[in-house]
Amino acid sequence: MSDIIEIRNASAGYGDEIILHHINLTIRDEDYIGVIGPNGGGKTTLVKLILGLIPPLQGEVIYRDGYLNSLIGYLPQTSRNDRSFPISVSEVVLSGLMSSRPGVKRFNRKDKARAMEVMEMMGIAGLRKKSIGELSGGQMQRAFLGRAIISEPRLLILDEPNTFVDNKFEHDLYELLRNLNKKMAILMVSHDVGTITSYVKTIACVNRNLHYHPSNIITQTQLASYNCPIQLITHGEVPHTVLAEHHHNHKHD
Amino acid sequence: MTETVFHLFQYEFFRNAVWAALLASITCGIAGSYIVARRMVFISGGITHASFGGIGIAYFLGMNPVAGAAVFSVLSALGIEYMSGKTNVREDSAIGILWSLGMALGIIFVFMTPGYAPNLMSYLFGSILTVSHTDLWLMLALALVIVLFFTRFYHTILFISFDEEYARSHHINVNLFKYILISLVALTIVMNIRVVGIILVISFLTIPQSAANLFTKNLSTMMIYSIIISVIGSMSGIVISYYLDIPSGATIIFAFVVLFGIAKGLLTIKTSRGIKREIKRQDELEKQH
Repeated sequence: MSDIIEIRNASAGYGDEIILHHINLTIRDEDYIGVIGPNGGGKTTLVKLILGLIPPLQGEVIYRDGYLNSLIGYLPQTSRNDRSFPISVSEVVLSGLMSSRPGVKRFNRKDKARAMEVMEMMGIAGLRKKSIGELSGGQMQRAFLGRAIISEPRLLILDEPNTFVDNKFEHDLYELLRNLNKKMAILMVSHDVGTITSYVKTIACVNRNLHYHPSNIITQTQLASYNCPIQLITHGEVPHTVLAEHHHNHKHD
Repeated sequence: MTETVFHLFQYEFFRNAVWAALLASITCGIAGSYIVARRMVFISGGITHASFGGIGIAYFLGMNPVAGAAVFSVLSALGIEYMSGKTNVREDSAIGILWSLGMALGIIFVFMTPGYAPNLMSYLFGSILTVSHTDLWLMLALALVIVLFFTRFYHTILFISFDEEYARSHHINVNLFKYILISLVALTIVMNIRVVGIILVISFLTIPQSAANLFTKNLSTMMIYSIIISVIGSMSGIVISYYLDIPSGATIIFAFVVLFGIAKGLLTIKTSRGIKREIKRQDELEKQH
């Protein structure tokens, strides 16, 4: 189990607003990390930092074996996509090969076969010729997940994959991720703490700071000590508790 | 009638107009589909009107107005693209400012130019029947660059346009592509101002594309359909404007709108037939059970 990415004492934000302060996190092969925390606490900022979309203002993000082309697969939050954009489902999935085939003119047979394989795995092969806007929320998430894994990345990052999807898809998604985790590390951002804790291996609480919790079982007291004011509705073997409203001196955005 | 249309080809001005329409259809079909897909119609309107400032300044300095417009529109296009990356500027307001600033500069400089500016109307409303050989060569060069660039980098352009942030996460040089693309759009606008004029050029970039978009949801097919619709519309526009002796630019745009109406009508008929067929099929399925 070797390191993929190490974030060392990094701060990050936008403009003069610093959102993440001095965070440390190491992502290794086989990891399955759930990232939780309140809105505006910096979950998406963390994702952008790892992806290299924003530079660390301080500290560093180290890609252990260099930033290889298919190092990271990424499933962004869906809401921002233009649904009427003229692009087909298979083109969306193939776009995950953007960096392994830089400036590609035509995708070869192998690429197309791989896209087909991924779409079959996602259960959207029959929709491959549809334009992305004709898909339902769940189908669209499958297409975007296909785009994220087509390059067989070493790390898969998912930003709120369970928004806008139905329960059926959510269940399928977690099963799919469990299988994918045999081949790649996963970092999943979610607001639904209760559900993800039954799937992830470890937890990172992000609220301006980052507290790494090396287990998927987390209690109300621990969350409070991590300065992570979120509702904890637990499942399974975890004690069934709901965290009380947490008051803060500083303001959240 | 057909004989008379072909008889027109003996006139050089008519042959030039046909070439201009063809080249305009190619550049606008491709660049326009990109604009429509990325919802950049308003940006393109801003660039178009900003270029009038360049025309005015060029007149004042005694330079080639097309060159002035090209420099001005590319610079304003790059400026808009640069500003759109910054969060502290409201993009639509910035475009609005640039839009009117360009027109204002154009009017002031043309006014300050000694003597009468005879071709000014042709920049506002276009005149495809007076395009020169130089115009045509420039349009051909631009068409070649656009066709080559879009065919070579089609997938990259498609992926960047669909999901910019995702492309960035793949470490694609998104900004470089956006700057090149917006410059090509600006040059397309400038070259086609000669054909339909500042006020109408935006429709050359949007109406055929919107009609094409009714029939396809694939960007490359949309580009090809747009070119075909543009060719039909502009050719009919030229011929009709010649026979009725009305302004060519406006006639071409009118032909586009008619084609769009026909396309929309055809699609409505097709959809309602499809619905009826589907209802019938469902009814029969029910009977069988």
